[in-house]
Amino acid sequence: MTDTQQTKIQVRNLSKVFGDDAKKALKLRDEGLNRAQILEKTGQTLGLSNINFDVREGELLVIMGLSGSGKSTLIRCLNRLIEPTEGDIIIGGENIPQLGDKALLQCRRRHFSMVFQNFALFPHRTVQMNAEYGLEIRGVDKAERAEKAKNSLKQVGLEGWEHAYPNQLSGGMQQRVGLARALANDASVLLMDEAFSALDPLIRRDMQQELIELQHRMKKTTIFITHDLDEALNIGDRIILLRDGEIVQIGTPEEVLTCPADDYVARFTEGVDRSRVVTSRRVMRPVRATAHYDDGPRTVLRKMSENTLDSIYVVDRERKLLGIVEVDDVDEAARAGKDSIHELVITDFPHIGPDEPLATLYPMFQGKSYPVAVIDDQQRLLGVIVKGAVLEQLAQTGEQ
Amino acid sequence: MDFDIPRIPLGDWIESGLDFLTTEFSGVTRAISRGTQSGINLLNDGLMWLPEWALIALIVLLCWKLSGRRLAIGGLAGLALIWNLGLWNPMIQTLTLVVIATLVAIVIALPLGILAAVSDRFYRVIMPILDFMQTMPAFVYLIPAIPFFGIGSVSGIFATVIFSMPPAIRFTTLGIRQVPKDLIEAADAYGSTRSQKLIKVQLPLSLPTLMGGINQTIMLALSMVVIAAMIGANGLGSEVWRAIQRLRPGEGFEAGIAVVIMAMLLDRLTQSLSGGKKTK
Repeated sequence: MTDTQQTKIQVRNLSKVFGDDAKKALKLRDEGLNRAQILEKTGQTLGLSNINFDVREGELLVIMGLSGSGKSTLIRCLNRLIEPTEGDIIIGGENIPQLGDKALLQCRRRHFSMVFQNFALFPHRTVQMNAEYGLEIRGVDKAERAEKAKNSLKQVGLEGWEHAYPNQLSGGMQQRVGLARALANDASVLLMDEAFSALDPLIRRDMQQELIELQHRMKKTTIFITHDLDEALNIGDRIILLRDGEIVQIGTPEEVLTCPADDYVARFTEGVDRSRVVTSRRVMRPVRATAHYDDGPRTVLRKMSENTLDSIYVVDRERKLLGIVEVDDVDEAARAGKDSIHELVITDFPHIGPDEPLATLYPMFQGKSYPVAVIDDQQRLLGVIVKGAVLEQLAQTGEQ
Repeated sequence: MDFDIPRIPLGDWIESGLDFLTTEFSGVTRAISRGTQSGINLLNDGLMWLPEWALIALIVLLCWKLSGRRLAIGGLAGLALIWNLGLWNPMIQTLTLVVIATLVAIVIALPLGILAAVSDRFYRVIMPILDFMQTMPAFVYLIPAIPFFGIGSVSGIFATVIFSMPPAIRFTTLGIRQVPKDLIEAADAYGSTRSQKLIKVQLPLSLPTLMGGINQTIMLALSMVVIAAMIGANGLGSEVWRAIQRLRPGEGFEAGIAVVIMAMLLDRLTQSLSGGKKTK
C-alpha cells in the first residue's frame, strides 16, 4: 500500500458511448450535458465518461458501483471485450485501444485472465480441461499445461476433482474452477467481474477471505468488480467508486468511509459496519505519560497523579513497551520504601497493531479494562485506545 | 377486363438459364454424375454383399448399444418383415441413396451453417434462400435434375440434397448462435482465435442441436428419395411407383410400410446418437 509501487495499468480519458453517433454524444458531454440529457437528445448512452486511474503493481483494486454505473463496461474495455470509444489504456508500454487484431490477441493472452459472475465454465470440458484452457490456446505443450492446471486447482482447494464436470460441482466450487482457470493462465492481471455475487453469503465470505490470502501470497495485480460495498471494503487495497459512468472517488477503504467524497458515497457508506474497516490508528490517542523502567515508585506515582491515571505504561529507553503498572501497587511500593518498580510491571496487557480493524478490539475491553496499547512492529508505543474513543468513532456514522 | 398486359415469361427465363447451365457445365455435371454413381454402386454392393441376417444382426446390435432393448426388438421385427416381404434389395438401394444424399448435404451444410452463424450479412442472404428451397414443392426439383444428370439415381440424389439440406444449415447456425454469450466472452477473454473459439467451444456446445438438424435432414432425404423414383431412382420408391401404375394397392402398402419402418429406425437411431450420449 505504499506509493512507491510501480504502475501496472494507466487508464486515461477513457469513454464509451453505446450507439452509432458517438462523436455527437461526446461533444454534448464536453458542453456539460449529463448522461440523461444526452440520452434524451441523441438516443446515445454514455456508458463511461472520462475515466482516469492507475492500477498499481500487485494491488487488489476494487471498482464498485450500482448496476448501470458502468463498472462491467469498464472492466470489459480493459481487455476490449467492449471497444472503448476514446481514451488510452496503457499496459507494458502498449496502448490497448490502438492494437491490431493479432496484437490484441497476444495482449489478452499475456496480460489478462478473467473470472466471470456466472462462472462461464465450459460445460463439455472437465475441471482439469477448463483450467487448462488458457494455456491450451496459447499452444503450451500438454505435460506443462497439465502440471500448471493441477497446481492452480490445488491452490484453490480442488485437488481430486480434476475429472469432474462443472455441472457436478456446487456454485462455490464452480467459481473456484473459474479462479483456477484464471490462475493457471499466469497472466499479469486478474480481472474479476462480480466474481462472488452469484454465491450465497457464507460461501461468499470464505471466498473473499481466500482471495485476500491468495492475492497476498501471489502478489497478483487484481481488478475486482462488485456492487457490494461491504465486499469492496473487505477485500480492496483501494476502491474506485463509479456512478453514472464517472469516477466519484478513489481511495483506501478507510478513506472512503471516513472522508466520503460526496453525499452519494456517504449515503452508500451509511449502513456499513465501520468496526471492520476503521483501523486502530484512527481512534488511538497520544499517550499522556509513560513511566520509565528505571523510574522510582515516587516519580511514577507523581506522573500518574498529575495525569489522573489509574495505571501507566512502562517503556525502556528506546520507548519499547515493557508492561503496565497499577496505581495501588506503586503506592504500596512507595510506602514500603522500595526504589524500583521492576517487580510491579504487569506484562500481560492488551495490545494491538496500528492497522488492525476496530472489531478486533472488542474482546480486549472485557474484564479488567486497561487502555489498549497500540504498538508498532518494534514494540514501540504509538498510542492508547480507550473504550470511549471507539464508541465515539462508531457513533459518527449516523451523524454524517 | 381486357387489359393487354403481357405475361411475364418467368418460365422461359428459368428454362434458358437451365439450358445455359446444362450446356456450359456439361463437363462438370458429367463428372459429378460419374463420381456419384460409382459411390452409389460401391456402397450398394457393399451392403448387398453382406448376407441379410448379418446386416440385420449388425443393425439390431447398433440399436441395442445406442438406445436399448425396445428399439433392438422393434428393429429386429421390422427388418425381418421387410426381408420376408421380399423388399430387401429395394430397401438397401433406398438406404444407399439416403446415406449418400445425407453425407453430401452435411458436407455442404456445415460450412454454410457456420458461416451464417458467424456473419450476420451472410445470414440475411441465406435465410430467404433456405425458405425458398424448403417451400418449393419437392417434385419441381426433379425436372431440372434430368437435364443435368440424366434419368436415374444421381438425379434423385441431386434433388434430395437440395430438398434435405436446409434444416442441416439452419440447425448448425442455430446451434452455434445459441451458445451462451458468457462462454463466448470467456473464450475471447483468454485470447482465443476465431477458429479456436469455433472448434473448442462453439461446435462442441452446438453438437446436440446440430445432430437434431442431421436427424431432420435424414428424414427429409428418405421422403425425397422415395419421390425420386419418378425420375428413375431405384429402391422402395420405385416399388410404390410401379404399384401406382398397375393399380395394386396391396404391393403399394407393403413398400410403404417398409419405408415407414426405415424411417422409424433411422429417426430413433440418430436421436439417441444426439441426445443420449453427452448428457451424463
